[in-house]
Amino acid sequence: MNFPEELKYTQEHEWIKIEGNTAIVGITDFAQNELGDIVYFDIDSVGETVNAGEVFGTVEAVKTVSDLFMPVTSEIVEFNKNLESSPELVNSDPYGKGWVIKINIKNPDQLSGLLDAAAYKKLIGV
Amino acid sequence: MENTETILKKVPLNDLHTALGAKMVPFAGFNMPVRYSSDLDEHNTVREAVGIFDVSHMGEFMVRGKGALDLIQKVTSNDASKLFNGKIQYSCLPNSDGGIVDDLLVYKINNEKYMLVVNASNIDKDWNWISSHNSFEAQLENISDQTALFAVQGPKAAEALQGLTSLNLSAMEYYTFEIVDFADVANVIVSATGYTGAGGFEIYVPNDKAVFVWSKIMEAGKAFGIKPIGLGARDTLRLEMGFCLYGNDIDDNTSPIEANLGWITKFNKDFINSKSLKEQKDKGVSKKLVGFVMQERGIPRSHYSIVDADGNKIGEVTSGTQSPTLSVGIGMGYVSIPYTEIDSEIFIEIRNKKHKAKVVKLPFLKK
Repeated sequence: MNFPEELKYTQEHEWIKIEGNTAIVGITDFAQNELGDIVYFDIDSVGETVNAGEVFGTVEAVKTVSDLFMPVTSEIVEFNKNLESSPELVNSDPYGKGWVIKINIKNPDQLSGLLDAAAYKKLIGV
Repeated sequence: MENTETILKKVPLNDLHTALGAKMVPFAGFNMPVRYSSDLDEHNTVREAVGIFDVSHMGEFMVRGKGALDLIQKVTSNDASKLFNGKIQYSCLPNSDGGIVDDLLVYKINNEKYMLVVNASNIDKDWNWISSHNSFEAQLENISDQTALFAVQGPKAAEALQGLTSLNLSAMEYYTFEIVDFADVANVIVSATGYTGAGGFEIYVPNDKAVFVWSKIMEAGKAFGIKPIGLGARDTLRLEMGFCLYGNDIDDNTSPIEANLGWITKFNKDFINSKSLKEQKDKGVSKKLVGFVMQERGIPRSHYSIVDADGNKIGEVTSGTQSPTLSVGIGMGYVSIPYTEIDSEIFIEIRNKKHKAKVVKLPFLKK
């Protein structure tokens, strides 16, 4: 399993790629592997500001449903439209074509609470 | 937390599944493979070619003696007197309060020898229940811990297995079995049954021959693209056929009449709770199990509420998934009688939002 060094991670198995005040969020290689074949994303919070740790959407695999949690308090500016027709991109390319949302970070102070790759790997025991 | 590893039962192939890369999960007290590679790929393999499931966690009881049929007739709802040697019947064990102890298969080996195949999660419950009603001096033996079971399912199953037995597999009728030499092992039960709707066989072998027979099947099936299939795909395959899963669609509190199992509930004989079930059948019930297909994007899951157009609760989902074959949300659930008619418009409440669905005739997957 792959956990790029340049990304930050959450305890809820999201990754976040920070670019100034904006960021891209997805789910980790570990998460997609645990979920199995992903068949649906239910995200209708675009345009809303969601607090850190709150649910911004749901991912459904064949066998399981999981909530998606906001890494840092942010406004959701975009949902990856490609996931509507091809949610399996998250299985095949979780850090690339399988990105989930773009956000405007509202509270940058929270970034320091995120995990780096080493800490995340320790969390999941790899 | 308690270390579940130490209390979970292991099937004979436990280490082999792990070596094959399976994700193992606790299921009915056993450590079982839920997925080897991909739920969807495994599902499609069974629909299009052939796959093998290790379902050794299932329970098997032998019922022997002169009173065997009388005991079976007393505890099961279907009419086992209709069975001939080598014939199998789907049936259920009604409880005394209108519910179902378990659903099961009844195998008739001969007039004084039957085998009952029960759900893994209910082995102890069923054993105690059947034993407690054995006033017929039948000899009961629980062979679950000595018996491995492989389901080889898919349109290529007969071809893939034919080299392992002299039995003409493609000529076998659905729900019949034979006790034969299979993969050089004597007295193997080869049964033309399954839980997928894809056709195929279930193979009962003694535990000490399990690894050998599995490897023989894998070898024979190689040319046909055989793959090991996990319990994840087993669930989506059975749901596409509208088959009930005990613990989801039927349980201690659902009656066979409500569950549309009237066809295995025969009132020409006396069995546990038959009088009250007959009354239910005659007077009608207030809810029934139906199948439904989502008309809007969304995936139904068990315990979601089923509501009418105004949001009033009319039932509850018992099983649901995205159908891998149909690429749409499908499910089963109990709804109040006015909504059981085919084409009824119902709504599934998914994360506090109503999603339109339509009641359909089962199975979801038409032949």
